[in-house]
Amino acid sequence: MKVKLLFAVILLLLLSSLSFAQDDSAEIDTSAVVEELVLPAPPGNLSGVDKPNDHGHSIDLSWELSPDDGGGLNTVLQYDIYHWVPNLMLELNLVRDSISVIQKIIRKTTNGIIEGSQADSMKKVFEKLSRSELFDVRNSLTEYVKKGNKGLAEACKSYPEGGAWLFLDKKPSGTSTFDHIGSKEFKSSGFVPDFANLYYRVDAVTADGAKASSNILGPIQSSGQWYNTFRTPVVFSVLLFTLLTVFFVQKARKGADLYVRPLGGIEAVDDAIGRATEMGRPILYVLGLGSAADIATIASFTILGRVAKKVAEYQTELLVPTYDPIVMTVAQEVVKSAYLDAGRPDAYKEDTVHFVTQSQFAYVAAVNGIMLRELPATNIYMGKFFAESLILAETGALAGSIQISGTDEIAQIPFFIVACDYTLIGEELYAASAYLGKEPVLLGSLKAQDYAKAAIIVLAVIGVILAQFDFGTEFVNLFEVVN
Amino acid sequence: MKRQLPFLLVFIFGAFMTIQYYIPHESSEFVYTFLLDWTMIIGIFALALGIWSLYQVSVEKIKHKKENWVYSYVTLFGLFIMVVLGFTFKVGDSWGLYSVFVIALMAFLYCLINASIAKSKGLWFGLSGVALVVLLGIAYFDDSWGVAFMTSEGLRNTMFTNFADFVMTPILATMFALLAFFIASAAYRAFRARNVLASLLLVSAIIVMLRFNPYMPFGLPELIAELSNWLMNVPNLAAQRAIVIGIGLGIVATSLKVILGIERGYMGKG
Repeated sequence: MKVKLLFAVILLLLLSSLSFAQDDSAEIDTSAVVEELVLPAPPGNLSGVDKPNDHGHSIDLSWELSPDDGGGLNTVLQYDIYHWVPNLMLELNLVRDSISVIQKIIRKTTNGIIEGSQADSMKKVFEKLSRSELFDVRNSLTEYVKKGNKGLAEACKSYPEGGAWLFLDKKPSGTSTFDHIGSKEFKSSGFVPDFANLYYRVDAVTADGAKASSNILGPIQSSGQWYNTFRTPVVFSVLLFTLLTVFFVQKARKGADLYVRPLGGIEAVDDAIGRATEMGRPILYVLGLGSAADIATIASFTILGRVAKKVAEYQTELLVPTYDPIVMTVAQEVVKSAYLDAGRPDAYKEDTVHFVTQSQFAYVAAVNGIMLRELPATNIYMGKFFAESLILAETGALAGSIQISGTDEIAQIPFFIVACDYTLIGEELYAASAYLGKEPVLLGSLKAQDYAKAAIIVLAVIGVILAQFDFGTEFVNLFEVVN
Repeated sequence: MKRQLPFLLVFIFGAFMTIQYYIPHESSEFVYTFLLDWTMIIGIFALALGIWSLYQVSVEKIKHKKENWVYSYVTLFGLFIMVVLGFTFKVGDSWGLYSVFVIALMAFLYCLINASIAKSKGLWFGLSGVALVVLLGIAYFDDSWGVAFMTSEGLRNTMFTNFADFVMTPILATMFALLAFFIASAAYRAFRARNVLASLLLVSAIIVMLRFNPYMPFGLPELIAELSNWLMNVPNLAAQRAIVIGIGLGIVATSLKVILGIERGYMGKG
């Protein structure tokens, strides 16, 4: 009961300040003619469309430049863009602001965030409340905004009564387009409702402050789309590539002999494990800094599985320090299964795969420490690597280890090539798992990649030839993808 | 079923994520962010496993007195004390018994570690119990500092920020700085003119280095600058693009293999 009463009082306070806010908006709306000033010609033919291929809540505006922009009196300095909002929206914005203030008081992060007299007065009101009351009021206000938003579309129908023009943005002279990207979050003050009647106006403004308004655009509605037509080339490419992969996988299943070129780095893995066994030293496997969602890390798991199986067979020690706890969990499962497959589940130790830290250079320090203390016979780096790649590889080289690396990070490949004995470059990392297993199904996908690459080379050559005859742009546009 | 269910989940969510890329609608974005939130939640739970793993490895090192085992105490003290510092903050003008609290915390950790490795576990558990009582007593009766689990006040604790800013950051910067020396030694190895290709690399490297050398702006022939730009923008960029195309195809192929259940290595089913 107490909270409800409190909520009602706060809401009353906010609503009473609405008139103040509306006065503000009236002040912003300075379209009134100033007699002494020479008005510029207004921008013409303001039009707008719902922004295509988006999640909604956005409108693309365009207009014809004022005749006095770059010509005529040449006095236009900028264009001010306004949109009309119902009173309900202004009211909800005030409530949103107060939610934001409460949120900051709860989190005690008020430094430099609460600005303006209105927010300051809100702060004074809310600071008197206890923590539990703050939570209750915040939840009640959030619920109020949620319900209020549902009525926005209806409120927008009342145009031009019961609302005000709000300033959105300004654009320099010479500009004839503006994308009103609204927020989809109902808690945000920039929220633009979908399927609601929206109205816009553009004012040409001179350096003296004289303004001339365009025609009023509206009603216009925004909505989200169910298919992004800009990404059609990607759909075709992925479908073609999928078909190619399925075709070669089926072919491989039927027993076709698929040639895959040898990968030096992968062929060296067996020798490296053998070397470690002979020397009685461990093998260090580094999965890099990637998360378990990175494809490079997923490929690295497969290689780790093969390495762990060999290690278990040869009864050598394996060390896998990890950077990410999820990667650690997956790697533990991979290594455990590999030991089981090798018939040596007893040889598996829980601390074979262990977590170190999620700080990049602290991880480097730990792995370098392992290298210099344990002196592993072989270091294998497979996955995502960043600035730490050379520090790791050079320390490994100093420790006298045989080093095999593989990454899809372009910037790190040269470092690995210089400091390691064998390096898998880019896609070779993904191919390694198929190559290690020699399973026809996996080799099939490699063949599909080869054919896709051949197709890309052919298309690149066609593009170069067409560019010589000025057809290059049209050809390139066929493959254009806009995000 | 135990083996099939994970593959089914991978297929469903993998296929959804593939299709989601082409659907800009709000509802599609909602499911996408919802699933991403789940990865964060899983990550937080996995972090607990990670910390447990680190604790176990460090305790094992202490137990078997492996090389540099003393540093494992530093690791564990650093790990747990920084967590406690990050959750506590000063209320009054002085820290009161806070330093005694931190010392009691270290003693508690020391006793707990020894309780898990020593033969006389009872003694160490008893001592850790005493330290815990002291800890809780100070935390309860000392009003000069407080505990904040729900707010960020602990992150402004001067002890926490001093350790982070004046110990942690310089150490990490030092590790990063080592890269400069490693680049020099790696460059020396890479540029040795052992054969024709290595000699070409050496010549190219000299040209590019001359171009970017701040001490040689005068008298540098225009040809060197043009040659350097050509090396960077034509052969270098062409090779990089070739690798990027290969990587792109590799990513799509691997993703397809994972979604379709062809690639199972990440589940230890290689």
